[in-house]
Amino acid sequence: MQDVKSVIIVGVGGQGAILVSKIMTNGLIQAGYDVKQSEVHGMSQRGGSVSTQVRWGEKVYGPVFGKGCADMLIAMENMEAVRYADFLKPDGVAVINDYERDSMTTASGIEEYPEGCLKAMQEQFRTIAVDAEGIAEELGNAKCMNVVLFGALADSLGMDDIDWEAVVAETVPQKARDLNLEAFRRGREAAVNAKA
Amino acid sequence: MKQLLSGNEAIARGLYEAGAEFASAYPGTPSTEVLENLVQYKDDIYCEWAPNEKVATEVAYGASMAGARSFCTMKMVGANVAADPLFTAAYQGVTGGFIFMSADDPSMHSSQNEQDNRHYARHAKIAMVEPSDSQECKDFVKMAYELSEKFDTPVLYRVTTRIDHSKSLVELGEREEHTIEPYEKNARKNVCTPANAYMNHPIVEQRIKKLAEYGNDCPFNKVEMNGTKIGVITAGISYQYAKEAFPEDTSFLKLGLTYPLPIKLIKEFADKVDELYVIEELDPFMEDQIKAAGIECKGKELTDEKYELNAQLLEERIFGKTPDTKEVAVKAVMRPPALCPGCPHRGFFYTMSKGKNYVVTADIGCYTLGCAQPLNAIDSVLCMGGGFTVGMGMSKVFERTGADKKVFGVVGDSTFFHSGMTGLAEIAYNKGNVIPVVLDNRITGMTGQQENPGSGYTLEEDAASMIKIEDIMKACGFVNVFTVDPQDLKAMQEAVDGALASEEPAAIVARRECRLLKRAEKPDGICKVDSDKCIGCKMCLKVGCPAVSFKEGKSVIDTTQCVGCTVCMQVCPADAIKKEAR
Ligand SMILES: Cc1ncc(C[n+]2csc(CCOP(=O)(O)OP(=O)(O)O)c2C)c(N)n1
Repeated sequence: MQDVKSVIIVGVGGQGAILVSKIMTNGLIQAGYDVKQSEVHGMSQRGGSVSTQVRWGEKVYGPVFGKGCADMLIAMENMEAVRYADFLKPDGVAVINDYERDSMTTASGIEEYPEGCLKAMQEQFRTIAVDAEGIAEELGNAKCMNVVLFGALADSLGMDDIDWEAVVAETVPQKARDLNLEAFRRGREAAVNAKA
Repeated sequence: MKQLLSGNEAIARGLYEAGAEFASAYPGTPSTEVLENLVQYKDDIYCEWAPNEKVATEVAYGASMAGARSFCTMKMVGANVAADPLFTAAYQGVTGGFIFMSADDPSMHSSQNEQDNRHYARHAKIAMVEPSDSQECKDFVKMAYELSEKFDTPVLYRVTTRIDHSKSLVELGEREEHTIEPYEKNARKNVCTPANAYMNHPIVEQRIKKLAEYGNDCPFNKVEMNGTKIGVITAGISYQYAKEAFPEDTSFLKLGLTYPLPIKLIKEFADKVDELYVIEELDPFMEDQIKAAGIECKGKELTDEKYELNAQLLEERIFGKTPDTKEVAVKAVMRPPALCPGCPHRGFFYTMSKGKNYVVTADIGCYTLGCAQPLNAIDSVLCMGGGFTVGMGMSKVFERTGADKKVFGVVGDSTFFHSGMTGLAEIAYNKGNVIPVVLDNRITGMTGQQENPGSGYTLEEDAASMIKIEDIMKACGFVNVFTVDPQDLKAMQEAVDGALASEEPAAIVARRECRLLKRAEKPDGICKVDSDKCIGCKMCLKVGCPAVSFKEGKSVIDTTQCVGCTVCMQVCPADAIKKEAR
């Protein structure tokens, strides 16, 4: 299983993790890999914590993997990055949308949203943090945050033979194509700056 | 090119290719997407949402009796509802092939228990098939129909969440039409009088023996010999995990026909290896039968009968390899699911949360989330339909003990048609001191917006008769039925007070469209806090809306989440929240 790559995408129900995995899997299938992807529907989609896993390689067996197995963690929210951090390999990469969303319990004051989530991730892992939320708002549509984040992680996938821009253009709805392409490019740039 | 399909998408495709003609289901995670995808083939296959799983099973079985290749599907607890027709269908056999799909949910991602429905195959004495990826999800459908017709048996098509909701690559084929033979009455076989059942039972026992024999050499079951040290017997998703976790020279007996077990084939395989493992999620279903056949193997003492497996867990539990992880210095707090901003259920549960002597026996649906903090407005949830009837039982005891409790039995609209109506009859008939409440959001919400008998449309998107809940309540003898918009808190409280004060049997229908409904009106504004006026009393936090939070002594409303329902505005004592146009 050495050649199999594993990625976990986490966030809050409704943030659009599924589109990120769809772009990713479309590109990987075109490049000829065996691909498996797994998600959970139902209760957790009502504003709960959600996760999606993507794996690819010569031959993939399990559609899901356990702790310490992910090459990459893509988090659409800071506390969710922390929640799933133990899925990352010690030398794995975290790509994080630097954004905090209250949970029902922190919003209503039952418990505190933990401080320093992003910093804690940066201390332990190679981390690329981008303000995908802010960039999406600048582009006039907060919903394209997921594609900004995909832009930020694209180069870290190490799949240089895949033309991700073309894959994004094919995957997103036609009428939102230009917006999403811009979102993708801005995310990609932001990642370059974040590394420097 | 191969397509990346989820197991459920692939099963739908398999039904199409296998020439299926009839499909009925009641939604339930993780099974729902089969029918949602199948409906694209509605010109070839009749597709419907049934009011519940028992009905889905019966109509699909009727279609089989009339000669069609038919299908029904449900989540695993749905099989409990459908068990009655299933067990007798097992005695009577099929005409057109009949597949009964059960989607189990190990780890209970969206379920109320973790039952292992493989036991149903053994209990009902029918064949069981378990695919292990999306390609098999598709291919096994056609094979299962052939099996069903050849052996005159319903087939339990058993899948789990990671089969249903994982995507893998699938090679598609073409549809092969199936011919429906002209109907011939066969009352001897199909009328379950005791005398006929008596004659059917030996046929069932014979059938299981023949199926077991068939399993020893059939396309569902495969031996992969890679070495003689370790052998693994496995099926379904566990096969994938075991392939990844065990060393390369491990041999596999991968079963696709998992009931009855091919004991002869298993013995032969066991004889070829030094050490035998049985790898399966949940109960030791195969392991117990293999051990009972006198074959030594290892299984549950290592793998555990609770929750899902994966390759890493197998490596840890079988080979003692602990995962290599790093700990971060911060701990995440819980992020439980919550009622959406603008959810019509919120107004009802807020009203309930204020009643000191209210007992709320609720049911399964989005509205179960009325149990969560800060609303905390539900006493019990048992099963679909239980909202009315558990309350009924409690109220009889409260009457006896003289406890000052007001019981509200609460179900959603889809739940009402599923199994609430019989409970309503129970309350009317046995004079229950319970107020039945239907939270009618005009759709089946929790499972992702499926039509139901009250919503006015069918799965195939035709207009349908819209059954009125109030009319059914009145027909049962509920003289005072209060229909109310739950988002109007004052009206909601009045309806509750009115129902409690009523001398005659009373009921409540709280009606407002789910915000996620495609047909719903678009939000007409958002609520904003005037922080100069906000006195920081936190009243608005008590409605449990994800859009409302408290920062630096004042309430704030997240503009991206708010849909302007005004429930927070209605509870603000300082008039600090205003609704503005978007
Ligand atoms: C026997 C059974 N079948 C199916 C389900 C899956 N299920 C859970 S909630 C639900 C729908 C509830 O719809 P409704 O009563 O309209 O309430 P809403 O979610 O819209 O508030 C379904 C189908 C289940 N839990 N149990």
